[in-house]
Amino acid sequence: MTRRPVAIALVLAVLALLAFDLATSAPLNPYNAPPPIALGSGQASTGAHCGDLPGG
Amino acid sequence: MTGVSLAPERGAGWSGRAALIGLALVATLLLAGAAGPRYGLLLLIGLGFGITLEALNFGFTGPWRRMILFRDPGGLVAQMVCIGLVALAAFPMLAAFSGELNGASAPVGFAMVGGAFVFGAAMQVVLGCGSGTLVNAGSGNAVSAMALPFFAIGSFAGAYHLTWWTGLGAIAPVTLSGTGGLALTLAGLAAVAVLALFLAAPGKRAVPARLWWAALIVALLAIVHLAVAGQPWGVVYGLGLWVAKGVTALGADLSGSPYWAAPGNVTRLNESLLTDVTSLTNLGIIAGAMLVAVWRRGLKSPVGALPVRAWLAVMVAGFLLGYSSRLAFGCNVGAFFSGVSTGSLHGWVWFAAAFAGSFVGIRMRPALGLEARR
Repeated sequence: MTRRPVAIALVLAVLALLAFDLATSAPLNPYNAPPPIALGSGQASTGAHCGDLPGG
Repeated sequence: MTGVSLAPERGAGWSGRAALIGLALVATLLLAGAAGPRYGLLLLIGLGFGITLEALNFGFTGPWRRMILFRDPGGLVAQMVCIGLVALAAFPMLAAFSGELNGASAPVGFAMVGGAFVFGAAMQVVLGCGSGTLVNAGSGNAVSAMALPFFAIGSFAGAYHLTWWTGLGAIAPVTLSGTGGLALTLAGLAAVAVLALFLAAPGKRAVPARLWWAALIVALLAIVHLAVAGQPWGVVYGLGLWVAKGVTALGADLSGSPYWAAPGNVTRLNESLLTDVTSLTNLGIIAGAMLVAVWRRGLKSPVGALPVRAWLAVMVAGFLLGYSSRLAFGCNVGAFFSGVSTGSLHGWVWFAAAFAGSFVGIRMRPALGLEARR
């Protein structure tokens, strides 16, 4: 077996994940999006990171 | 990872390559239009990481393995240079824009140290860390592709239990900042690089040119990531979020977990992955690595046969990668790379514990059937 079926399976899995996500999440809204770049935006960063600890 | 050459005669035709690049750019533009320009930029940055890591064969697990087994320090030295370049920009950025940018600050504790040690062992078992597993899976590596879903499940479970583990004992986050903090960080990175070069085997002190280029490009991408996202590069949060969204949609109640019930994470669970920072860069890394593999016709490479016990070991190690990295407040990227480059003490502790764990993982691989006994 080559790497091709592995890559194809991964692509299908990612596409399935995104389809599931779009079907179960709040709709995307580009008009409510944050500024393109956080630096200089005047807004606090709200993204989640691996180093975050609730209440920390 | 499949190699380092981008020679045209070995890869897909030029029309195929143009189509690949066009597809990636169209996906980025579609996302920017549908969700917002920041998210398109983050996907583009992720693609850049994936392309660079795969094309220039730059990573974390392999260089640590080569240092431990063969006293070959090239990759480790390049990592230190890369992190130092990021720190040179990140320290002043964080100081000047403290209301808009966050570093990768996290507490040091018993579970954090143990988690980093286990992560170091597990990443050597599967030969892939946080970014490495994504890159390798994207390039069609069957071991990493098998480890990835278990990595995600482990990340979800580790986050679910995180506050119990931190309750075992941890100190408040310690963050170096300002010129003094930057100087201390650079001195630490230089000390590691000098020690690695001092311990090098004869004739192995030279760092290949591709690693210098990779260190420079990855550092630039990491700095741009900090500016665009407002936070440093990370990997494992996104993987755990994918599973958390899945189990929530299937009816699971996560309110019993202080981590997943926290307001910020509830928001992330309700919003699309296409608006989550680490999910977007993770997807970009997978796609970027796959783009390089297709470009080189690397997907025609055969997949090696492994015994059943090796596949079982990959599944267990994949789960441990995810679980332990949540206890350690990140993997090689979120804790080590981003922690050290933004001044967090936990990044340095993570490095020491994970490097020690790597000695164990390297010795486990032959026993688990993942490589021939030495």
